[in-house]
Amino acid sequence: MNLEDWYRQDRLPHIYCPGCGNGTVLNCTLRAVQELGFKQEETTFISGIGCSSRASGYTSSDSLHTTHGRALAFATGVKLVKPHQHVIVFTGDGDCSAIGGNHFIHACRRNIDLTVVCINNNIYGMTGGQGSPCTPYGAITTTTPYGMHEQPFDLCKLAEAAGANYVARWTSYHVKELTEAIHAGLEVPGLSFIEVMTQCPTSFGSKNKMRLATQMIDMFRENAVLKVKADRDTAAGKPLEPGKFIVGEFVRRHNPPLGVEESK
Amino acid sequence: MDKTDFLNGNVACAEGAIAAGCRFFAGYPITPSTEIAERMAARLPKIGGTFVQMEDELASVAAIIGGSWAGARTMTATSGPGFSLMMENIGYAAMTETPIVIINVQRGGPSTGQPTKAAQGDMLQCRYGSHGDYSIIALSPSSVQEMFDLTVRAFNLADRFRTPVFLMADETIGHMREKVSLHSDVEIIPRRELKEGELPCAPDENGVPGFGTFGNGHNIHITGLTHSENGYPSTDSAEVHEQLIRRQVGKIEDFRNEIADVDIVNPDAEYIFISYGAPTRTVRQLMADVPETYGHLNLRIVWPFPDESLLAFKNAKAFIIPEMNLGQIAKEVRQYTNIPIVTVPKLGGALHTPAELKKAADVAKTVTKPMTEVRL
Repeated sequence: MNLEDWYRQDRLPHIYCPGCGNGTVLNCTLRAVQELGFKQEETTFISGIGCSSRASGYTSSDSLHTTHGRALAFATGVKLVKPHQHVIVFTGDGDCSAIGGNHFIHACRRNIDLTVVCINNNIYGMTGGQGSPCTPYGAITTTTPYGMHEQPFDLCKLAEAAGANYVARWTSYHVKELTEAIHAGLEVPGLSFIEVMTQCPTSFGSKNKMRLATQMIDMFRENAVLKVKADRDTAAGKPLEPGKFIVGEFVRRHNPPLGVEESK
Repeated sequence: MDKTDFLNGNVACAEGAIAAGCRFFAGYPITPSTEIAERMAARLPKIGGTFVQMEDELASVAAIIGGSWAGARTMTATSGPGFSLMMENIGYAAMTETPIVIINVQRGGPSTGQPTKAAQGDMLQCRYGSHGDYSIIALSPSSVQEMFDLTVRAFNLADRFRTPVFLMADETIGHMREKVSLHSDVEIIPRRELKEGELPCAPDENGVPGFGTFGNGHNIHITGLTHSENGYPSTDSAEVHEQLIRRQVGKIEDFRNEIADVDIVNPDAEYIFISYGAPTRTVRQLMADVPETYGHLNLRIVWPFPDESLLAFKNAKAFIIPEMNLGQIAKEVRQYTNIPIVTVPKLGGALHTPAELKKAADVAKTVTKPMTEVRL
């Protein structure tokens, strides 16, 4: 199949705002799927609710657009009944880590063979820009008008601690690395979690002095620290500077997975 | 070959599910339903099925919906508090027309209530508990044999009508032991697979679309958003929404008297008991003690309510309705009749006694108001 064939053409154009990063993430995901030569009938996309979760509607194979936060639980049912299916879950920071937080840690604990692409735009985009568990400290949103005064989740640390076999973080700027990470995640048995830091200029950037998509992409480029460099700095006793975040592959291990044909 | 056994209702329910071809169970432990999950955990792995214990009841329903789209007959079992948590994805199953079976072994509520005591307090919740307009099918067993037989029926109804189907049992029926025939050759009515060229959400002559099992090459999109016949979201059109909801409700409500499963005894009687589930046992005892005195309508299917069955009682002067709640189904009966209704609510977990029902029947002879409650 060509890359274009993985798109549900009659659903395009998509509903995303101008400058949104979700299209980039969808593109990278479908490119990884296409590179691996998956068959359409063996590939299922599942998503929750939110901007991120509309992505499943633009893929051409079977897809299930579910309820808020529950995509991983639905995906667990699909995968356990049909272990040969490649099951890919689109979720967002609010969907995955607020309302779906319990399902998230338990899917990681079970290490069920799903590939989870979490589009983290630091905000609830679909409902107009409320604070999420991943809104940075101090950031302005419609529900944190005086600045977020709670600490954000580090979703990758959470996934790693909960037991996922593959964990990586990239941004919508790092399209090549992101595609490679999703590709790797699809190959590693067990739960693969790929967090993608993504721009929402409409609801996040506009309130946080990054009105243009390009300003947000520049911010990702400038603040993303490669894991190898961060590890080197840590060894040298240099802490991560405020506002910076680590990108790269955090975990690749082979703990016993659930939901693969052999181990069933 | 049929096997005869002596089992509790919960175990008989699990055996019925297996006989019906259920091969995926997702659940969360809760009293008094837990034996169903335990039996499925022991049995499914040995017959090519899968059991998974989920993190909560929201996830349990999500997983059986996912499993259903992957092509399996799927089920979960719970009780009051867990049932409340399931409401969200029950609405999703209704909107996406996903066949699933949910067993509710009812206990005293609200909240944690009486975990080890029988009740029928979730009868309206199972019909109306999720938001929006929708319809479902609910069965009510009054014996261990019916825990087996009606579980089989639940799967057939779920596939035929593409809807969540509830087995609304209670602690008494779930935990009592009786002789039960475990039929090996139960009737299986499979769901109708989507045909090539057929739209995934376009109804057939019965108002039910073909089922596009995931992985069979249909390449369909399923969403809980309001959707057109091609399955794609269409949330702005009043016409699309009204057409979808009316069809989904109509595919069940328009067939309510075909779905109906009732016992009608002494239809010429003047004072008629209406019951479902555990209270049916007491009504039958009273009917045996004083034959030819009262009529009885036993509902094995409560939702959709079989309204035409009320018409069988031509001489009825009052309907007497014992329930282990404050009269939930009595209010439904009221919608279809002007004949006086006597409700006999009993809370706390104990079954009605024949003497209590006799007292209610005596009150029924004096009532003139539309609804009269007998305080036991």
